[in-house]
Formats: sequence, C-alpha cells, structure tokens
Amino acid sequence: MRIKKSRRELAEGDMTPMIDMTFQLIAFFMVLINFSQAEQDDKVRLPDSELARPPDAPLVDALTLHVRQSGLTVISNDEHDMEQLRKRMILEKQYTDDPKKVTIIIRGDKAVPTGKVQEVIRLCQDVGFELFALRAKERLNR
Amino acid sequence: MKLRNSARHEGGNKIELQMTPMIDIVFQLLVFFVMTFKVAAMEGDFDIKMPAAAQGSPSFDNLPLKLTLRATPTGKLDEVRLGERTFSGLSYQDKFRKLQDQIVTQIGTDTGPGSARETAEIEIDADYNLQYEFVIEAMTAVTGRVDKEGNIQRLIEKVKFSPSSGGG
Repeated sequence: MRIKKSRRELAEGDMTPMIDMTFQLIAFFMVLINFSQAEQDDKVRLPDSELARPPDAPLVDALTLHVRQSGLTVISNDEHDMEQLRKRMILEKQYTDDPKKVTIIIRGDKAVPTGKVQEVIRLCQDVGFELFALRAKERLNR
Repeated sequence: MKLRNSARHEGGNKIELQMTPMIDIVFQLLVFFVMTFKVAAMEGDFDIKMPAAAQGSPSFDNLPLKLTLRATPTGKLDEVRLGERTFSGLSYQDKFRKLQDQIVTQIGTDTGPGSARETAEIEIDADYNLQYEFVIEAMTAVTGRVDKEGNIQRLIEKVKFSPSSGGG
C-alpha cells in the first residue's frame, strides 16, 4: 500500500480583517474618551429630568461645583467644606474678569438636602457670582 | 522561458513583515481604552439668575408665582403648593403633573413676545431637608414639558429660589 506523503505547510491565518477591526475599535474609543475630570465626580448621582438636554454650545465661562450627599463641595477634585469653599470662590473670583458673567454649574447629588445646595448658591452670591445652572442628567424613559 | 515568480521556489529573498509586536501594541491600546471608557449620560442645565442684591427685597416687577415644597422628616416630598393651592396625589409624579397642568392653565398657550409664558416668573420655596431631586422635578414641571413628538414646550423660564427658602 502506498502512503501519501503529507505535505508540511504552515497554515497562515489572514490577519488583515482582525487588524482592521481592532483599529476601528481603537478609533471609536479614542473619539469617545474624555480625559477631563473637572466636569465629573463619581460620588455625585445627578437627579434626572426629561428637560435636561445638552446645550447647543458649551458654556464659555463656567465653574463646576459638585455637591455631594454629605454636603461637601468638590471643585476640580478638591473637597471643600463651606469655609474652605468661601476662600476658594474668592480666589476664583480674582481669576475672572467679571464674576457676573461666569456661570456656576451646580452638580448636586439627588439625595443632598436642598438647603445645602442653597447654602452653596448663597455663598457664591455673597462672593459676587449671580449666574447659576443646576445640572441634571437626561431621563431616557419614564 | 523562465517565469518571474520562480524565484519563490528557489528560496529567494522574501521580506516577511513582523506582525506580532504591532498586534501586541494595538491590543494594549485597545485594552487601555476599554478600561478607561465610561458611558456618561447626557446632561443638561436649568439656568437661574440670582443676583445677591435681590435678597430680602422684592426682585420681580410682576408678582411672581410662588411654589412651596414641603418635606417629610426623611426628606421625601410631602406637599406641593402653588400660591394657596395644594396639589394632592398618590405619588409625587401625580402632584407635579397636576402642578404642571395648573401652570399651563395660568399662563396660557400664547408663545409670542410679551406673552405670559415669556414674562411669567416663579419663586421656589423648599424645605431645607427636602431631597434635591424633588426640586429638580419641580423645576422640570414648571419650566417645560415634552410633547408627543419629543419636542420641548417651554413654560416658565424665569425661576429663582426664595430668599427664605432652605432655612432651618
């Protein structure tokens, strides 16, 4: 009986589609990644609202304050109690040309007492700020 | 005649591209992006203008509508009142729905310049311990509503907190 000689050939998979897909995935994540931490605070769970829609254009002069459930206020990852917040806001005021044109964005936790948020607003008013934006996340389905 | 590709059979110089390091790097990049990716919900703002000088003095030319929100000891919503009118309901959504209907009745449907919708103002007086989400619910109810087509109909745009609001 004659035995067939097996031909030893290295089977090479076609890598091109996989690399194409991988690059597309990388491009997708690169476009969506957001390195900015100032606008986010993981400990704040925003209330939701059906009217909360992203603005057409980002606010030019804005300062974001995160009010956590504990009442602590966070600005650019720095935690402040009310006294520290007053000092910080006075400092922020000195950096701006006109505090009346700066919008204070308040990202309050949904369970924080309203009085805490109003204390923060009053403090900012005392310092000289008068435009406020209360931030909420978009409600997808009711 | 000798064919050009015969060199292959003769063990000629064939340059092989090393794909392994590139794929390694590409996968590392992919893993980095996947790990750092955060799905963020879209966010929007309710704008309020509150100059400090307005405190303690009547700030509005027109008499503003006054919305009172009372809280239970645990911070949940207890009572919703517009002026002297109290809204009852099984859930807080019911109360805010009735509030919204009342707002629409009071300010009408005109949207032109100088209309009641454009000039109307509302002042929110909420208890100190009321959970903030109920204030946002109230602001949602008074500032607009979404129609069947998904478009936002604006109601009252000028909203402020009462100077006495949030006290003890």
